Amino acid sequence: MKCRMARPQCGAIRLRAAWRGEWVKLLTGGPGPAVPLLAGLLIVAGGVALGRDAVDPAQLRLLGVRLGQAAVAAAGVQILAGEYGSGLIRATLLAVPRRLDVLAVKAGLLTALVTPVAVLGVGVAVIGLSPDAGMLRAATTSVLHLILVALLGLGVAAVVRSSAAAIGIVLSLLFLMPMLLRMLPDPDWQRVLYRLTPATAVQAITTTVDNSVLPLSPWAALGVVAAWSVGALALGALLLHRRDG
Amino acid sequence: MMLRAEWLKFRTVRGWMAGAAAAALIVIGLGVLAATGVTMSCMDGTREVDCPAPPTDTSGRSVADKFTFVHRTLTGDGSLTAKVGHLDGTITYPPPNHDEIVRGVVPWAKAGLMIKDGTSPGADYAAVMVTGAHGVRMQSGFTHDKASSPVREAWLRLTRQGDKITGYVSADGAAWQKIETVRLNDLPTTVRIGLFVTSPSGLTVEENPQGGHAVAARWTQATAEFSRVTPGGGWDETLVGYSDYRTTWEETHPPGHTETGGVVTVAGAGDIGLDTEGGMSVERVLTGVFAGLLPLIVVAALCGTAEFRHGLIRTTLAAMPKPVWISVSQATVVGAVSLVAGLVAVAVTLPMAVRLLEAKKVVVLSVSGPTMLRVALGTALLLSLAGVLAYGVGALLRRSVLAIVAVTALLVAPPILSVTSVLPTELSAWLLRLTPAAAFAIQQSVAAYPQMSRPQTVADGYFPLPPWAGLAVLALWALTAVAAAAWRLNRTRA
Repeated sequence: MKCRMARPQCGAIRLRAAWRGEWVKLLTGGPGPAVPLLAGLLIVAGGVALGRDAVDPAQLRLLGVRLGQAAVAAAGVQILAGEYGSGLIRATLLAVPRRLDVLAVKAGLLTALVTPVAVLGVGVAVIGLSPDAGMLRAATTSVLHLILVALLGLGVAAVVRSSAAAIGIVLSLLFLMPMLLRMLPDPDWQRVLYRLTPATAVQAITTTVDNSVLPLSPWAALGVVAAWSVGALALGALLLHRRDG
Repeated sequence: MMLRAEWLKFRTVRGWMAGAAAAALIVIGLGVLAATGVTMSCMDGTREVDCPAPPTDTSGRSVADKFTFVHRTLTGDGSLTAKVGHLDGTITYPPPNHDEIVRGVVPWAKAGLMIKDGTSPGADYAAVMVTGAHGVRMQSGFTHDKASSPVREAWLRLTRQGDKITGYVSADGAAWQKIETVRLNDLPTTVRIGLFVTSPSGLTVEENPQGGHAVAARWTQATAEFSRVTPGGGWDETLVGYSDYRTTWEETHPPGHTETGGVVTVAGAGDIGLDTEGGMSVERVLTGVFAGLLPLIVVAALCGTAEFRHGLIRTTLAAMPKPVWISVSQATVVGAVSLVAGLVAVAVTLPMAVRLLEAKKVVVLSVSGPTMLRVALGTALLLSLAGVLAYGVGALLRRSVLAIVAVTALLVAPPILSVTSVLPTELSAWLLRLTPAAAFAIQQSVAAYPQMSRPQTVADGYFPLPPWAGLAVLALWALTAVAAAAWRLNRTRA
């Protein structure tokens, strides 16, 4: 079908059609990202059980974010790489020939799914804490971080096209990087890499006491994660355009 | 035949062999990186020196063995009795202000009677003693410890009969109560018997707001008076384990003994027990296992899910009518490949990293031969069982992403969280009892003992379960996962 309207409107119609297609696939195509999202919700919200007996209660309660980020990343990976696994991607790309539209719509859908999960999970986790500025900042940045990590999963999945490889890479970035960096012999390099990678992002984001000893401030850490997510998505979009175009 | 078929499938998927090889290479590479990253320097007074390696006991473990020993020869059987009291001492610059030297005794300051196989550090011994805050104890072999009456002043007696040493305690020197008898193997006929005093560092532990804690140590000295020593006289004095360096305090209050009017006063500083501070524990060079686990988990989980994705399972089921054996043989192949990867990784990493550290004059805490073997083999078994677990979870869930995230969260995340986060100690201990991550206990080379004064939490490298019990928890998880996968396969087919 050819669109005969002005360009921006055409774009809107195109995207709306692709968006509907994604919803149909989501609602009819088995559990999909529902399982990891539910797991993520439970893990993040589970932080509420940790009590408040700590120097930094907000950091304690938000420990669930450290584990839960793996689950939302899995959701991001699965929403795209699942289609590569099942071959559904061929049908998707036939129906929506513009590669960037596919990725954009999937990113939008993922954000729409992860946002309520993150808000609910983090909200439950911090119930009962005194809502001072530090706690509110930690909660807000945690929600944003979870969304960004899901998008990182999507971006990496677009780059490597295999769900197992994608989740392996994302988990390495989130869990092993901090450990590896601690073993680096050169403290200068260590500090630079701490600042450039999402290795200690959750710690920086959820800490509300003595932030200055950490290599990154909370918002800067969030910025680093955002840069990685945007970078992965951009690389994924480029490769999708080139490779599968 | 089934095993061969599964091995053929595994071998021919290039990514899988690459994943197993990557796991081994990561462990080796990070072990070398860890070894090159460590530096260690020691001060002998104001002079920087190579750190001295701590002495080792008869089984080869690094031990602390520093005390003032006032002794004489004992040939054959015999005994020594004394009233031990006036345990007193000095603590340098304690909190809150850290600005003065105060009078005081640390909880594990020790004064008492000892039988020792000579005077060199690390030699076997048995001793009965009063302590600063832990009452009367009988200790031997650097880790054995038995509590008795909770007093700080008592009559003590130590007797030797063959290779059996017995400690007694009395409130009045008339009614004696036996503490216990220990056996010292291969004790020569002639040993040293005498009075000893030592005093470990005063410690304060400060919680770190970012998780874990910092330990501050301060030098201390203890003195004690031994009266009514029978038989008395004929004393030699040895400062066991002392270097030539003396603290400022010791320049005016030197370690040693004085005897006036039948009362022997002994002053000393140091500790008798396992050494956990004088070097790096050997399992530190195996930290790369965490990272190596990840490619292994990915590959093993893929092994579990691949047949379902490609529909190969129909062929396999047609060829093998008993589905249970499919799961079992696949798990066996994955376990065997991971075991080989683990053995190669450990066999290369341990000697290479230890040699690198020795070349850099970094002291690696010595452990007994059996312990070393347990750490090495246990690490390889850990990788093997982790592979089986990931395979089982993959075959059960039939979704690789879910399986990889689940196994990583259960196996890799708990130890990382308990070391680098504000997770409460009690909670991380429970995590490391119940999750498959309990298996990392197999790598702990220095066991925890209640009589050591340093904190021994998970963050300090001490696991809540004994080594093999921890590995058994992982084995149980792995078996359960494979059994559940086999059950599901059987049900699908029926």
